[in-house]
Amino acid sequence: MVAGHSHYNKRMQEFAIILVSSILINNYVLVQFLGLCPFMGVSKKLESAIGMSAATTFVLTLTAMASYIVNELILMPLGLIYLRTIGFILVIAAVVQFTKMFIEKTSPLLYRVLGVFLPLITTNCAVLGVALQNANKDLNFMQSSLYGFGAGIGFSLVLIFFSAMRERLAAANIPPPFEGAAIAMITAGLMSLAFMGFSGLV
Amino acid sequence: MIELLTENIILAALVSLVGLGVLFGGLLGYAAEKFKVESDPIVEQLDELLPQTQCGQCGFPGCKPYAQSIADGDAINKCPPGGQSTINAIAKLLDVAAPSLDEEHGEEEIRTVAFIREDECIGCTKCIQACPVDAILGAAKLMHTVITQECTGCDLCVEPCPVDCIDMLPIEEDIDQWRWSIPKNQHQLIATSSSTVHETLT
Repeated sequence: MVAGHSHYNKRMQEFAIILVSSILINNYVLVQFLGLCPFMGVSKKLESAIGMSAATTFVLTLTAMASYIVNELILMPLGLIYLRTIGFILVIAAVVQFTKMFIEKTSPLLYRVLGVFLPLITTNCAVLGVALQNANKDLNFMQSSLYGFGAGIGFSLVLIFFSAMRERLAAANIPPPFEGAAIAMITAGLMSLAFMGFSGLV
Repeated sequence: MIELLTENIILAALVSLVGLGVLFGGLLGYAAEKFKVESDPIVEQLDELLPQTQCGQCGFPGCKPYAQSIADGDAINKCPPGGQSTINAIAKLLDVAAPSLDEEHGEEEIRTVAFIREDECIGCTKCIQACPVDAILGAAKLMHTVITQECTGCDLCVEPCPVDCIDMLPIEEDIDQWRWSIPKNQHQLIATSSSTVHETLT
């Protein structure tokens, strides 16, 4: 009984570590510099940033699961590890398209929030990055999906912070040479520096 | 079977990737049938071509209802704000001959924008209630003004004004609105079956 309890505690601790590490320490956008295109592109308005975040978290979790299955059941037994990249791209594209159809049918409201962003995510390098890193780290199914979910939450956190800041920046008194994209890049750089401070937390 | 695949690497790669492709293709094809959404995409496309003035000059309460009506087989030449260019675009979309504008619904005019002579405005809010796109700002007994970017120039606010202080000013052409003018005599360079039929009829 006592042994079972400590085992449970250990697992919870492991899950917490995975979440903290994927959200803060190895943040996909600001530390690993993956998924920068939506980070810059969809961060002009808070509203669309929230939609994009939700869609990305959803897709990241799903593809982390699906690519784990494909990797474990097809690529590993046949010794086709070198086909991971192209195989995962196939998985991601199919999963995203399927999700889009499924949501469109079952929840028109959710589709109106996420719909525009779903096809965009197919080409998001963070999604492929999560799948490949999970495969490289030899995680199990639970850990992989948790890692994908954590990466999605981390992406959302950063994207929403950044878009909120950009909304303020639009109204701020910025020297003319720094207006627009320049100040956005500088802000992103400063945010990235701040997130580097998390390294060594776990 | 598995042995053959593990021994022959190229065959394994081919079979697994083609297999995945076929599997996902089948899944998506099944999903496309199973989760088909019953909507009429032509209405959305028509609505996008209409000028979104929501002026009601076509006899319908707004652009979307008129788009729905066109999809159900109504005449396409009832939209004065859109003018001939909109008729041509709709005719191209529906693949029918483009008629000229129906005089009954009004004549095509140059694009205008409403302007309230603010000294004369008595703050009756009647124009605010008439505006289909909420482009008039103001409150009871306070001066009203028009948000120029939102105004579609439908002139529905002119008539309700008790003191006649609303003018429709033509929009001056500047670098933002300037377009190449359409070539005057459009020769039918490519012979199509519809063009020959058209000429023999007339």
